[in-house]
Parts: sequence; C-alpha cells; structure tokens
Amino acid sequence: MRAFQFTQAKTVDAALDPGSRFLAGGTTLIDLMKLDVETPERVVDINLLPLARVEAAPDGGLKIGALVRNSDLAVHPEVKARYAVLSEALLSGASPQLRNMATTGGNLLQRTRCYYFRDTAYACNKRQPGSGCPAMDGYNRIHAVLGGSEHCVATHPSDMAVAMMALEAVVHARKDKRERRIALDELYLLPGTTPDKENVLEPGELITYVTLPKLPAGTKSHYLKLRDRAQYEFALASAAVVVSVSGGRIERARIALGGIATKPWRSREAEAALEGKSASEENFRAAAEAAMHGAKPLRDNKFKIELAKRALVRALTVMTA
Amino acid sequence: MATSVVGKEVTRVDGRLKVTGRAAYAVDHPIENLAYGVPVASAIGSGKITGIDASVAEKMPGVLAVMHHGNTEPIFRTAEPFERDSHPGENRPPFEDDVVYYYGQFVALVVANTLQQAQEAARHVKVSYDAKKPLISLDDPGAETKPTRRHYTRGDADAAFASAPVKVDATYVIPTETHNAMEMHGSIAVWKDGKFTLYETTQGVMNHQGVISQMLGVPVENVHVVSPFCGGGFGSKLFPWPQSPLAALAARTLGRPVQVTVPRSLMFTTTGHRPETEQHVRLGATQDGKLLAIAHEAKNQTSPMNDYVEGCTEPTPFLYSCPNVTAVQSLVTLNIGTPTSMRGPGTTPGMFALDSAMDELAVKLNIDPLELRLRNYAEKDESSNRPFSSKHLRECYQTGAEKFGWSKRNPKVGSMRDGNEILGWGMATCTWGAYRGGAQARVRLSADGRARVSCATQDIGTGTYTVMAEIVSDKTGIPLDRVDAVLGDSSLPPGPTSGGSSATATIVSAVAQASMSVMDDLFKLAVHTEKSPFNGADSASLVMSSGRVHKKGESPESGVPFEQLLKLRRIAALEQEAKTGGAPGREKYSMHSFGAQFIEVGWDPGIARLRVRRTLTVMDAGRIINKKAGGNQILGAVVMGIGMAMLEETVYDPRNGKPVNNNYADYLVATNADVPEQEVIFLEYPDLAIGEYGARGIGEIGLTGVASAIAMATYHATGVRVRELPIRVEKLLESRV
Repeated sequence: MRAFQFTQAKTVDAALDPGSRFLAGGTTLIDLMKLDVETPERVVDINLLPLARVEAAPDGGLKIGALVRNSDLAVHPEVKARYAVLSEALLSGASPQLRNMATTGGNLLQRTRCYYFRDTAYACNKRQPGSGCPAMDGYNRIHAVLGGSEHCVATHPSDMAVAMMALEAVVHARKDKRERRIALDELYLLPGTTPDKENVLEPGELITYVTLPKLPAGTKSHYLKLRDRAQYEFALASAAVVVSVSGGRIERARIALGGIATKPWRSREAEAALEGKSASEENFRAAAEAAMHGAKPLRDNKFKIELAKRALVRALTVMTA
Repeated sequence: MATSVVGKEVTRVDGRLKVTGRAAYAVDHPIENLAYGVPVASAIGSGKITGIDASVAEKMPGVLAVMHHGNTEPIFRTAEPFERDSHPGENRPPFEDDVVYYYGQFVALVVANTLQQAQEAARHVKVSYDAKKPLISLDDPGAETKPTRRHYTRGDADAAFASAPVKVDATYVIPTETHNAMEMHGSIAVWKDGKFTLYETTQGVMNHQGVISQMLGVPVENVHVVSPFCGGGFGSKLFPWPQSPLAALAARTLGRPVQVTVPRSLMFTTTGHRPETEQHVRLGATQDGKLLAIAHEAKNQTSPMNDYVEGCTEPTPFLYSCPNVTAVQSLVTLNIGTPTSMRGPGTTPGMFALDSAMDELAVKLNIDPLELRLRNYAEKDESSNRPFSSKHLRECYQTGAEKFGWSKRNPKVGSMRDGNEILGWGMATCTWGAYRGGAQARVRLSADGRARVSCATQDIGTGTYTVMAEIVSDKTGIPLDRVDAVLGDSSLPPGPTSGGSSATATIVSAVAQASMSVMDDLFKLAVHTEKSPFNGADSASLVMSSGRVHKKGESPESGVPFEQLLKLRRIAALEQEAKTGGAPGREKYSMHSFGAQFIEVGWDPGIARLRVRRTLTVMDAGRIINKKAGGNQILGAVVMGIGMAMLEETVYDPRNGKPVNNNYADYLVATNADVPEQEVIFLEYPDLAIGEYGARGIGEIGLTGVASAIAMATYHATGVRVRELPIRVEKLLESRV
C-alpha cells in the first residue's frame, strides 16, 4: 500500500474533493490499495456523513442513504416486505463480516474480481488504458459473455446492483452544489474502448442516496444466484425478477441478470418477451433466450449462457407459481 | 475406581486458549527489536535473473537490507538422504543461484524496521529476467517424463486385461490442490550468542531443527525450535519452506530478530501443494464381477528441484483381491513449485481413480457397487502375503449400508427423488496405513499434585496435547485438569513428526511407558520412606489409581495421594523418560485402517445445481483415544473431501505459471453452508499389533473415499461420469436427467 493523505469529512460539502477517493466500507478500496491497484494520494473517510438512513420517499418508494450497510438494508422491514429481490440479493453476497462493512453506495461502485485487473504485474486496459487484456486468452471462466468488448470482459460483481436494476433504482449524486439523479441503468458504462471509465460519475461526485420507486400493487420479486459453492462466492449467473401477474398473464416484468455481463444487466429483451404473455415455462424459456441473445462466450465461460437462462427460467417459475 | 478418560469424548485441553485468542502462534510471539522480512517473488515462470536493482529500495525509510543470491552468505543443502531429520520442503536452498524455476520463487528478501516499510520497499526492488516459456501442463510436449522406482506387479495384468470378458479403461485427472491452512507460514528467527531460537509453525519440530542446523551450518544443539501451536498444516508444514532459512539467515546477518511471513498469495507457489495427477486405470473382470486384472498408472507434476512422487498407486496392490496387478508411477517435471504431502497423499487421489473405476465396473456389470466390493474383498494382503493386523472392512460396509439405507438404492440413473431434487447415492472404500515410529517422552510427578508430560512433537490441531495428557491420566488416575502437556519445543525428548497419521500411535506408547516408569520410582520411594504408610512393604505390591498410591486389590481411598509421598521426602518431583520404537506387529502383519463412506447428493437439474446432502463414514481405525477429537478429524476430512470433489483447483496461467486464483475468495474450499448433515461411526477394534492401546491414526483416512463417493453419487443422480475433478457445473450441464 502506498502512503496517502487521510481526512475525515463531517459534512457532504466537505467531502467533495475531486482529488480524493471516498472511503465508506472500504471492502473494495482498501483491498485494492493493498494490491497497488488503487493508488489514491488522498482518501476522505465519509463514514461520519448523515447518509445512513432508510426513509420513506415522497412517491411512496424508499430512499436509501449511501452509507446504509448491506447487512442493515437486507433486514430492513420495508425492504423485506416490498423489495424481497433486494434483500435476497444482499444476503447472497459476500460474507456477514463484509456485509456489515459494505455500503449501498460502495456496493454500486465495487470493482471487478478479474484476476488480471487485480495483479499489477499484468497488463490491463481497465488499469492502464491501451496496455492490453490478458483475460482474452487467459483463464476466463468468471468473465462476461454480455457487454464486453475486445478491450475488456471483466464482470461486474455486485448482486445488490442487479436487484436494484430490476427495481429501476435511481442514484442521487452530489458534485459541488449540483445534485443530479441518474437512472441506475445509466450510471454504468460498457467497457467499449474505455474500460477504465466504469460509470458516469465525475471525480469528486458522491452518491448520496438511492431511491427505489414504489412498485405496482401485486408485484412480486425474487433473486436467484447460481455459483459453485453455497456461500461466499460471486455469481456465475444470477437473475433478478420483478413481476406482476394477473389472471395468469404477465402484466409487467423487470428483469436483470448478474455474473454474466460487464455491468448489472437489465434485459429489456426478456421483459418484452414476457409482458402480455401467459406465465408459462415456454414463455419463460423464450424470455431467457431473448436475454442471452448475442452473448459471446470465451474459452472457459460458455456454460454461463445456459446457466443464466436456467437461472431466469427458475426465478420466473418460482415467482409465478 | 475412577474410569479412564481414554476412549471418551474429551474436550481439548488447549481449546479454551484457542477460542479466546490467547494461544500464541508462531509470529504472535512478542520479540523485542523485531525486524520484518518480506520476500520478493519471481514474476516469471522460468528463466534467469539478469539483474537485481535494489538501489531505490535500499534508500527507503526503515530498510535494513535487501538480500539476494548475489550478496548473501550461502544457505547450504541438507544432508538428506544420509542423515535423518534433514528433509526440507524444497531441496534447492533459496538464493542458491540466478535460476528461476517457477513463478513465485523467492528471489530477494527485503528486511526493514516495520512490515509496511518492508512491503513498500519490496515493490521497489527491480528484478530483470531472461525469461523462457514455462512448462505448465502435464501434457506439454516439452516436459520431461521420468520413471520412478515405485513399480508393483503380480501376475500378468496386461494379458489378463486383454482377455477379460468385462473391461473398464478410463483416465482420471485431479488438478493441483493447495492446502490453504488458516495460519500462514511464518517464522521468527532470533540469533544470539551463536545460537538460533526459531518460533515456527511446523508439523515437525525435530526435523525443522535438523534442517535449519544443516542449512545455516550450525551444530544442531544451537538451533532451538519453538512451535506451541500450529494453525493447520495438512502437510504443508511437514518440512521447512524457504521462509524459515531466510528468516534465520537474515537474523544472523543483521544481528537482529527477523520475522518472515509468507503472504497468502505465495502459499500457492512456495509452500507445497498436492500436484496435478493423471491416472490411467484398467480393470478386467468376469461377468459375475470378480476382478481379473488391475492396471493402475499414475503420473504427477514435480518441480525441477525435487522428485516428488504422489503415491496414487499405494493402495492398489492390497485393497481388492485380484490375481493380476500392476501399479506404475511416473513424474513430469514442470515449472511449478515443489509439491508436498497434502492430507492423505497418494492414497486420496489414488482412491478417487481406483474406486471410480470400480463404480464404472459395477455399472457395466449391473451389480450393486457395494456388492462388487464384497465380491472382491481381500481377506489378506495379497501383495505381501501377510494377514491384516485387524481388518473389519466388511463390517464397515454393512454397518454403513444399514445406517444409510443403502438397500433402498435404485441403481437407475436419476430414479430417486426428494421434491425438486434428484438424489444420487455413492459409496467408497477408505484406507490408510497404520504407522508407528519411535519416540521419547518424559513424565513428571510433582509435589504440588500435578503431573507433566513432555515430548518434542507438536499439536497441529489434532488433539495431541489432549491425547498425551489422557494417557498420563489413564495410567496414574490423576485427573486431566492436573496434567500439563508440553510439546512443540525441540529441547524436549525427541518426538515424532505429525504426519502420515502416525503421531498418536507413536506417542501413546512412549508416554505410557514413561508414566509406568515414574510410578515405579514412586513406589520405591513409598516403601523406602519413613512415615510412609507403605514403608518396608514390597514396591511390587503397590499400584496407583485416582492419583493415589495404594495396595493392589484395595481401593484408592485406602492409600495416599502421590504428592504426600514426595512431600515426606522433601522431593520436588520425580521424572522419568521412556523411548519406544515401531509397531510390534509390523514384521508379521499388513497394517492398515479401513473404512466406508456413503454420500447423498442432491441434483436440481433446472438450475444445474449439485450439493452434498448427507455423509456417513464408518471407520475401522483401531481404538479411538479421544472420540471427540477423533470424530472431528473425520468430519474435517470429509469437509475437505467435499472441497476436493466439487470446488478445489489451483489454476495456473499457462503464460507465466502464476496461480491466478491465489487467494481465499477465488480458490474455493467448502464453506459451512456446503457441509451437510454428517455422521461418523467408529468400530473400535483395538489393533494390538500397533501397541498396547491399539490406536491407529485417523487424521487422513477420512478424506480417502469422499471424492469417489461423490463422483459415484453424481453419476447416479445426473448420468454424467466426471473423471476430472472438481465436479463443477459446466461438466454437469450435459445431464439429461
């Protein structure tokens, strides 16, 4: 770890230093600083900011402070009652110790587990633009089959963000005096030719809240995560489904997939394939096919395409049973 | 008379220290003026060092030295094979020359006042290389394959296989596995007045002492190894790895205590591993399932510095009855660090192949896999022609089958179900050699009413402290809370390495004999002491129980507490030592433990998810000294077996030989959530050929059947025969169940 300047901010205004990295739970930042992957000169601790509350939003939705810990959010009564997909996603992630530290804002921006990104002895277009991508012909079992480019196929690791994608969460961010709202789907950038640029936030811009819109009455939601072992592993494939069914017909569907793409993957193709259709296995299968259409496998991760389809079919089956 | 603690469920005497964090592991020892060494590891898989530029690092704050092959005193090779206790993890001492044999090899050591200073400076040591493409794969055409002397044959297996009416011919692959002990390898070396004190985490304090004495070129009595606790070894701490001689060398060079801890990432390269194996098994059998031929060929990776043989064919000659057997091993030298024993070495990977082939044979013959094993039951060891010292494998199979409900198994693939899940049932044979070596132990009875037992062995988490105390308590009747066990110190009477599941069998005899011997002294004292109630009596008429000396045939209450006799003579303590040798029956018998494992998996085809649902292990491992610690050994081994079967694999980047998943997040071991209901049954037939207590080792045998039982259960559930571990989702997607 390199030497760095450390300050603590007590107000949001004081925290907004464009030359600093924000330290919340530290579960990604500190980890990567130890590996020399992140080498900030200044770190500002934002844990004292008043952003750790979950409140009712005016539209009937939920307003979640950026510093709400994953473990607290997972068991919040409103989340459990109205946004089960989010609670399930949170509880499927990491370990209890990590969830006790990790925050809502930090989780959205957590960095990939790509082996080559995490080792500075390798080239990496995310770390050093233009240096190359050793994952392309390396061991790429955990890498993305959707959203990748020839420059980067690193998987976005978050479970929480996948659930929030299906909940159409909105991110509230502050920079200087400006506060803006960003639809979660628009927060993330595909790697394209600039995999080092992972989101639209500017230097010194801080996520302050995430809001979840109120769901239509009768909506049910579920998160299903598939992986090698039962706990403490990133998803090989996961599915977040938020659906309302009436008279055996799917009125509304919001679908997101995790573990298979370079960002939390909202699948409007799957949604379109489901809405207005009957809740049948055949239609679920068609939605899964639509979701994974155009997936590009690498040497070791072809199985993820089929696995993601099965995750989605099962999640839909459970929700509409 | 109080009943003995031997054979009971006894809680570990060191348990409280461990769970309250007060047990001081190697690098926990508070040492004044300690400096920290951080290794610089090679970033290439093969080649030569062309230069080491330490000019920046040397000027950084707190840096004391940057040591490498160009600027240090030599570290010597050990005198193996001519002298005992001289086995290092890797034959080549660190910094011997400028050659890089594998990724992660230590090429320099930065020593600084603090760990952080040393880490930071280590990043600024610039090493330049002349790199070659490393050999990483067992089937790399450039890799050299060497025969070994492990070659067993009886009858003519090739001919018998060729003419056998039913055949299985299959190849099984197990990837590299890394031990991943919780406590990282680490060493603190103190050099004072020409002597080393080494705080270590080791499975063998005596071997460690010998190796460091030889590598650093100092007389053996000038090396004192202290290792009171070991946070898991699983074989990776049997022998010293480079961090130990480097810590010693740095301490001597700088005249200051030095600690070197191996970071988790380098535990994947530089502290041993279970090497990748490829096993070709051919079985020939009659239509009614009698084996005619077993041909077992195994090859494994080794490093350019050591010829490490993973003895996969170890059990093949004796496990099943068969007239024609060949077992051959070969080595493939690759640019990967030196392999070493990992829990159940040889037999564990060997049994995955052999018993998987047996299941394939059972499927071909349409015979129940348990029945097939009974039809080929070895009544004697057909390789040595000796009787087994104590074999109750048939009872293991039967007890296990009954308890598991094996008779309800429908052999048809995918035919058994529980709700959404398809069930798969598998079983396997377990085996491990019964070993006992030589040991010395000392027992002391003190006037304060306490006993102390000491031996230069170590407790690697298996319960050795407790077992030593239990034996003293068994012999003297002194309650466990008044018996202190001392170990993990090379200045104590030489004891065994904790390896090969031999420590308990080795130590119990020495401790028992030392206990008897010190009691003899006590009885003599009792009959030659004025005011002693036994003054003038025949010492042979005395016994000790419940911690009291009394007449044979009378109650302990009739006698006196032993400490009273010592006080009468104003003696602080009596102490005796005993030295015992190998198993008395070793010339006459073939000595092995056996067992059977039954495992149920659940297969959810909709999401291609396979999980273990329950396991049952029945062990015939002689008498169990401590059922709690013993049961834990089997449970732990089964957990490790679930990891081996379904999760574990060290993945090397073919371009540079780096293990890409070199951390706890990416190298998957079983978590608590992966471990289902487990049951362990011990048959407990004492094996008197091994010693008075009849206890055989149990540290490793619990792992030997798990992978093949899971592979069998997986086939039963999914119809997919996985011959290459780990059994992961991509291999199961083809299932049509």
